[in-house]
Amino acid sequence: MIPVCALQDLPVGEAVRIEAEVPIAVFNVDGTLYAIDDTCTHQDASLADGWLDGCAVECPLHAACFDLRTGMPSGPPAKKPVRTHEVVVVDGQIYVNVNAPQRMGV
Amino acid sequence: MRVIAIAGASLAGLSTARALREAGFDGRVVVVGDEPHRPYDRPPLSKEFLAGTMSAAELALESDDEALDVDWRLGARAVALDPALRTIVLDSGERIVCDGVVLATGARARRLPGSPLAGVHTLRTLDDAIALRAELVAGARLVVIGAGFIGAEVASTARGLGLAVTVVEQQAVPLAGPLGAELGGVCAALHGEHGVELITGVGVAGLTGADRVRSVHLTDGRELAADVVVVGVGAVPNTEWLAGSGLDAERGVRTDARCATGIPSVVAVGDCAVSHNPFAGAEIRLEHWTNALEQPATAAATLLGQEQLPSPRAPYFWSDQYGARLQFAGHRRDGDRMEVVDGDPAARRFSAVFRRGDRPVAVFAMNQPKVFGRWRRELRAAAPEPV
Repeated sequence: MIPVCALQDLPVGEAVRIEAEVPIAVFNVDGTLYAIDDTCTHQDASLADGWLDGCAVECPLHAACFDLRTGMPSGPPAKKPVRTHEVVVVDGQIYVNVNAPQRMGV
Repeated sequence: MRVIAIAGASLAGLSTARALREAGFDGRVVVVGDEPHRPYDRPPLSKEFLAGTMSAAELALESDDEALDVDWRLGARAVALDPALRTIVLDSGERIVCDGVVLATGARARRLPGSPLAGVHTLRTLDDAIALRAELVAGARLVVIGAGFIGAEVASTARGLGLAVTVVEQQAVPLAGPLGAELGGVCAALHGEHGVELITGVGVAGLTGADRVRSVHLTDGRELAADVVVVGVGAVPNTEWLAGSGLDAERGVRTDARCATGIPSVVAVGDCAVSHNPFAGAEIRLEHWTNALEQPATAAATLLGQEQLPSPRAPYFWSDQYGARLQFAGHRRDGDRMEVVDGDPAARRFSAVFRRGDRPVAVFAMNQPKVFGRWRRELRAAAPEPV
């Protein structure tokens, strides 16, 4: 489990990027937390810097869109999904379980 | 519509084929491309691919599971359009008879006058990039002619590969056209900060060399020794083949905001099109990757007679130089007021907004993608679209 930040430090509509073995982005969508690989699968850009639209994030560089629930791209220019990760909140602290299989937000 | 022919097999052509299928067109789609390659991505050619960190296979624009059902005609050049017969003629003599035509022939790199010398490159295609990459060896002396985005990116990549790089720019301030003098100056400063010599306000008088380039002569009398030269002085739309077709295509194919040309069932997209753009409030030719990706949805809807058109987004481009990410959206004119809204240009991390009156019309960012993304969405079209 990788610690991310305090729950109160990730307001609704915001994202945080953490340096794990592979950088991870954690998003707060209307109170539900989602974690995905931070690096766009299309070209080198941080999805934590992207635009949140419902359960999708739009890459800030080329507007590739990924579903935060599944990691799937909605279409070009991205061809490959990003990995999704399990998010856990314990005592007001957010953690990411990077090795967990794909699942919906918490 | 049973057969639609697309002239041009790069991003705009492929994106139009995708948009047609997306819109439900199930007839035949023929795509003609003068390069032998399946559609590939050009932006990395001056960056990752040139640096050797990306392979040709990784440039592929199509995904493995994409079932577009396209009839490819690669390595074939469109040489004439006969709108009366709805026919595209190829250099092989083949004639493609169709119901709808998409013009997506792009642009080619402008060259210097005179006979070509070995060691002198332009960069537009995969083959160009392969040839240039072979000559970018550490220690070699590279002269880049033109400090636009391509020139700056090549200079940056070559510097990273250990070459001694000089950039020559005819204008006093590089990138002043798209970005304005102030921001152009900030971007141009990146060259010197990374050990690249930038010479501005001087033209190129000529190149010397017996069979291979040896030096670049400047109009002020200076001579720059060069092992390799890259010419990055803009691009010319590939529209000469349309002469005699009845289309207005002298400086690109003129279209309205719907991508429609003067001839029914003939649309134009991407770098070869001069289209009415609501953000510019004028007909402009955009040479940006994102335009080639997005505009085809409009062209496909127009060709298929669909009333509902996608709403256009502000023009956008980006450039990666010396580890800095530059992003620009909207349309700037001389006289627009620029204001730094976040960060600090001196720190090479900032965002600047251009305003016309009190309306934000363009935004630029260096290393601030998140701030940029917010402002990008604040931009509004300059004027209502002509009906």
